[in-house]
Amino acid sequence: MADYYRSEDLARFGEIGEEAGPLWEKFAAWYGAVFEEGALSEREKALIALAVAHAVQCPYCIDAYSQECLKKGADPEQMTEAVHVAAAIRGGASLAHGVQMRNTVHGLGM
Amino acid sequence: MTAGRILPTLAKRGDPLASPEQQLEVLHGVRLPRTFGAALASASLFPLRPTALEVLQLNLGKRCNQTCRHCHVDAGPDRVEIMPHEVVERCLAVVEGTDIPTVDITGGAPELHPAFREIVRRARAAGKHVMDRCNLTVLLLPNYADLVGFLAEHRVEVVCSLPHYRRRQTDTQRGEGVFEESIEALRRLNAAGYGDPDSGLILDLVMNPVGAFLPGNQAALERDWKAQLARSHGIRFNRLFTITNMPLARYLEWLQESGNLAAYLERLVQAFNPAAAAAVMCRTTLSVGWDGRLHDCDFNQMLELGTAEGAPQTIFDFDLPALQRRAIRVGPHCFGCTAGAGSSCGGATA
Repeated sequence: MADYYRSEDLARFGEIGEEAGPLWEKFAAWYGAVFEEGALSEREKALIALAVAHAVQCPYCIDAYSQECLKKGADPEQMTEAVHVAAAIRGGASLAHGVQMRNTVHGLGM
Repeated sequence: MTAGRILPTLAKRGDPLASPEQQLEVLHGVRLPRTFGAALASASLFPLRPTALEVLQLNLGKRCNQTCRHCHVDAGPDRVEIMPHEVVERCLAVVEGTDIPTVDITGGAPELHPAFREIVRRARAAGKHVMDRCNLTVLLLPNYADLVGFLAEHRVEVVCSLPHYRRRQTDTQRGEGVFEESIEALRRLNAAGYGDPDSGLILDLVMNPVGAFLPGNQAALERDWKAQLARSHGIRFNRLFTITNMPLARYLEWLQESGNLAAYLERLVQAFNPAAAAAVMCRTTLSVGWDGRLHDCDFNQMLELGTAEGAPQTIFDFDLPALQRRAIRVGPHCFGCTAGAGSSCGGATA
């Protein structure tokens, strides 16, 4: 697995734009705008990004947004709580699907 | 992890990094993509020259009641260097005899100097704007209980260190229990009118990152700091200054020990911002060491880099026109002031 994820590849993210420049430029502009301060602060957005990074289990994103959260003024307690939010939603989603399991069981059972 | 409240300084421990020469050797030992001089040249700023002298920064010495882990001064209770009387008198003569508008008093904890109040009184009587770089906890020391009232009476701008609005990060950098005491000191400053927009008493906070990363957007952090301190502690302040940690003394030690040194310096170099370089504080500030020697900034002072050869070297041969003609001395540490949005004693510069 180590060969699939190399930390130095994070800095090469922009190479994705080489084969489809206009799409990359649109993505980059939109991405930048997403993280600008709006109704949510930059710190809050970085914490959301950190939580999502854990939910989608992207090591590049976890690396990048751990740094970004610190830079935006979040502290490790806030960051850990954000990861717990991701974990709770992932765990809760599994449990919530248990209702489907129950529906099936009740449909088949006596 | 939170450090103990008071740790021995590099000097007390006899650590090689207590030596400015050793610090420079470590900095020059890291291979960087370009020198600071080359970066300045790329922005058509080499050699770097002063603009107008706006701030006379007096470093009253290395004594402090704290031993913060990022301290570029290596200050602490075990340091004995303080500005002697004759240097204080000469500094005040320069303050009183020139048009330099601002006197910025720093240390160590400058309030611990026996002449601190005399310097404030005379600088204010000379019509100067006076800034006190305050670690907050000094305001709670038993012998300094009236200090808040004194600062308010003389309308001193108080610039206080608070790396985070939460306890753990602050205590990690500044020592166990510092956060709670800092909050109490801020409450006392607020009670005296500091931070009240109608009082004219200015209370600024300084945040340095607690780790090997650059500070974020100063305006965004200020909004966050204001909201969080108001909500959690009912505290108000005027401005937040973000200051990049300078790879010197105890912060340099931490960078080395944590394995962050090369990556941090590279980050600073890669983030070089020509606009921040044009606005560096050394162009408008003159730094006076506790021993009366002149430096381009407090960081050069800690590296014992005096003003350029041929320029006045001490406050005793202060000559403003000659100082204004000097070239500012630079080194790899200077990337700390030009990274990203820039960094100075007044926060971001670009």
